[in-house]
Amino acid sequence: MILCNLVSIAQRVGAPRIVPTRGIPYPAGDPSLGPDGERAWRRELLGQALTALSTAVEEPTVFAGASE
Amino acid sequence: MRIAHYLNQFFAGVGGEDAADAGPELRQEPVGPGRKLAASLAPEHEVVATIFCGDDHASTHPEFAAALVEQAREAGAELLIAGPAFTSGRYGLACARVVSAAAEAGMPALAAMHPENPGVAEVQGAPIVESGATAREMRPSLERLAAAARRLADGEELTAEDGRIGAVARRNRMADLNAAQRAVALVRDRLRGGSEATEIPLPSFDQVTPAAPLADPAAALIALVTEGGLVPAGNPDRLQSARATKWVRHSLEGRDSVAAGEFESVHGGFSTQWANAEPNRILPLDVAREMEREGAIGKLHTEYFGTTGNGTTVADARRFGLEWAAELRRAHIQAAILTAT
Repeated sequence: MILCNLVSIAQRVGAPRIVPTRGIPYPAGDPSLGPDGERAWRRELLGQALTALSTAVEEPTVFAGASE
Repeated sequence: MRIAHYLNQFFAGVGGEDAADAGPELRQEPVGPGRKLAASLAPEHEVVATIFCGDDHASTHPEFAAALVEQAREAGAELLIAGPAFTSGRYGLACARVVSAAAEAGMPALAAMHPENPGVAEVQGAPIVESGATAREMRPSLERLAAAARRLADGEELTAEDGRIGAVARRNRMADLNAAQRAVALVRDRLRGGSEATEIPLPSFDQVTPAAPLADPAAALIALVTEGGLVPAGNPDRLQSARATKWVRHSLEGRDSVAAGEFESVHGGFSTQWANAEPNRILPLDVAREMEREGAIGKLHTEYFGTTGNGTTVADARRFGLEWAAELRRAHIQAAILTAT
């Protein structure tokens, strides 16, 4: 599965499982949240990644990203 | 004709990656490569405005494009030119959004980028002409762009002879020969070893068959991989910052995170300040290790694979993918989490 910001491109090249993130320079981060908030967010993001990995898909599928 | 020219923050002279967050702006004069473009188009055509935006801002705020097109129109522009964006992905995407917004607003528009730029597939309703792969080919790229712009300004349709690439809208017209005659002519041409000509170019999408889902991540072996240019500090393998031809692997054994100072990103396609301050933003080892310890992840792979996805050719990227898949399979890894910048 892929964690990325440019979702439309991931879809176009056929990435089966996509979880959107918040910025090109930090695919698994969001510096605006502060250290603790960011780490909690990253943890949630990885949880979404695991959800994507354990879901059957037939075509490029965008899963929900992490919340705040 | 009065022309507006779109550039990113770098070619507009605003700054490099430090200015990639810069918002959209208009200047009522040609800027940077626009000056050469303006000289090639004068005196019949005039570049009345340069519109530009930081690449990160353009990627994350798609609405910038329509706003800039509106400003360009208010500045008197009748035709919009974007680029050349070479193989720069974010810049290509921004050019695609700007010319698509112009087309949507009824303004003729034209973009220039390399055929492998992911922006090519994002353009809607406007032609694209081929540029070189890097700014070293600025001069011939601008000459081709200017020639194509002239033809477009004259109301002509751009074709492959103009260097046109990307999807071409289908239009009805009367043909001299009927369909059977044209089909036979194409076959004969091909049998003679001639062109690969076709009347219906098909988009070339990769066919990716999704892997079966994990039955239970808590029992799975999972690998972390990235194209974010993550390397041990000092870049001992000398991974390239652009147009990578190789990938690297490094052990994660005994590590609870990829710590600042021990790892860094050498990616040349974005500002690495955030990655270097906290490398787990590129490879989320800190939380992955935590989840492994708590049992949500069965086991993390003992190493990560990484390369730099910045102007990398599709051929090299495909090879990296095949090599990674083979390596992971050999290690009995069941799933991979790829972070992409």
